[in-house]
Amino acid sequence: MGNITAWERVELARQLERPKALDYIEHIFDEFIELHGDRNFADDKAIIGGIATLEGIPVTVIGEQKGKNAKENIERNFGMPNPEGYRKALRLMKQAEKFHRPIITFIDTPGAYPGMGAEERGQGEAIAKNIMEMSQLKVPIICIVIGEGSSGGALAIAVGDKITMLENAIYSILSPEGFASILYKDASKAKEAAQNMKITAQDLKKLGVIDDIIKEPKGGAQEDFEKVIKDLKQYILKNIKQLQKCTKEKLLQQRYEKFRKI
Amino acid sequence: MIIDKVKKVNEKEEKRIKNEKAADMMIGKWVKCDKCKEIIYKEELHQNLSVCPNCGKHFRLSARRRIKQIVDEGTFQEIGKEITTNDPLHFEGYLKKIEGLKEKTKIEEAVQCGICEIEGERAVLAVMDGNFLMGSMGYAVGERITLSIETAIQNKLPLVIFCVSGGARMQEGIISLMQMAKTSAAIAKLKEAGLFYLSILTDPTTGGVTASFASLGDIILAEPKALIGFAGPRVIEQTIKQKLPEGFQSAEFLLEHGFIDKIVERKDMKATIAKLIRLHQ
Ligand SMILES: [Zn+2]
Repeated sequence: MGNITAWERVELARQLERPKALDYIEHIFDEFIELHGDRNFADDKAIIGGIATLEGIPVTVIGEQKGKNAKENIERNFGMPNPEGYRKALRLMKQAEKFHRPIITFIDTPGAYPGMGAEERGQGEAIAKNIMEMSQLKVPIICIVIGEGSSGGALAIAVGDKITMLENAIYSILSPEGFASILYKDASKAKEAAQNMKITAQDLKKLGVIDDIIKEPKGGAQEDFEKVIKDLKQYILKNIKQLQKCTKEKLLQQRYEKFRKI
Repeated sequence: MIIDKVKKVNEKEEKRIKNEKAADMMIGKWVKCDKCKEIIYKEELHQNLSVCPNCGKHFRLSARRRIKQIVDEGTFQEIGKEITTNDPLHFEGYLKKIEGLKEKTKIEEAVQCGICEIEGERAVLAVMDGNFLMGSMGYAVGERITLSIETAIQNKLPLVIFCVSGGARMQEGIISLMQMAKTSAAIAKLKEAGLFYLSILTDPTTGGVTASFASLGDIILAEPKALIGFAGPRVIEQTIKQKLPEGFQSAEFLLEHGFIDKIVERKDMKATIAKLIRLHQ
């Protein structure tokens, strides 16, 4: 899929029928038990999380969950978390650390929700705290951008030891539309923006922002989901085993260096 | 009628003064307070720490003026000056724009950092500057902030950051986003070392800076009426399709919702910082 443009990838990344976080979680892991709530305000359905096993290894999984139709999207707030979503994620990640479980996160969001309630409950603080805490969690963390990774809302669950993207996923500071309206004063120049923003997996690997790319079949991950699942499962397993060999000190040191050098 | 005549003369006189003031404004001696509309003599405004003597509005400050207000004279030793802007996206016109800003603002980037003394207390101080691309955070800002944090750790010093920012710098794309991770990870190390971090939010503090180091202070102060938030007010209004209430995302609003510790007026800022540093020794 060499000749595909950045904008075409944006469209692929946003396809309604593209597999979402729950699809990956259910097919890659066994015995997934979803856990709910931030123990403070609410359960945010835009972020899911829980415990599962991977070839017998207990793990904690977190994901930003978009819908596959209008009804699901309304329920999931189009995958735009509120502060309580990030706080739920942090609660589950701290729990993972306590019980020595590796963490796998699935990133797929147009951004943190810009609503009044989100501001009242400290969206900025919630994201900041996640980023800071994730840099210090003493268990391996693998972050996989499966669709749209946009802004601080994506980064809030994307600080880890391996940052990986599906071939057609995008990862950016904000949407190409937002970028175009700010810098070109014209939201319709989103295609041009997408090209210039360096948001594809290939560009980000070159920039040293991500570690690896998981190949997708022509037309997107849903075209041969079994194959994508198999590759992704292997990838996660291999990396967990490798990261588990590191001492905690080395793990944290490497994670710090990873972001320090950018 | 006599009274009418007097009135007319006064009107004339007033008009003359107004014109004079307008003329002076043209040559930059006067500013108009955008809150109470009072015309203020610039020199007087600066002597009043850039706070409107009439209504108390805190005007935005350059890093240079801020440092002058906070730091003991002659003690500021700048660090990180060699760290300059990157152009990772090769974004058209970006470096040229930066060159223009450097000339206009006489600073190299949107934050100035250094080791200094505040009422005799040694500290690492980072001061952002909203005149430089709205205080946005790209590589240079992130790197200078991180260097400041690491300098505080190495020298076992408290850290004070004055924040003002429109958020992450768009022109550097994903690299700007990663500065949030870099700075926040460094703050985690500072906390681990048991050192004091005081974050001070000034008008405006938004976006990626709010969602990283600005919100991570052991103590978080703000200036009165400062706009503080993650999403900008316009973005929220577009999302919810209604106007935001007066004072939404103001420092007072954040205090009420539990996200900052205290609002401090500019005239009390230096003493408050020094006191807090002393209490953390
Ligand atoms: Zn005023």
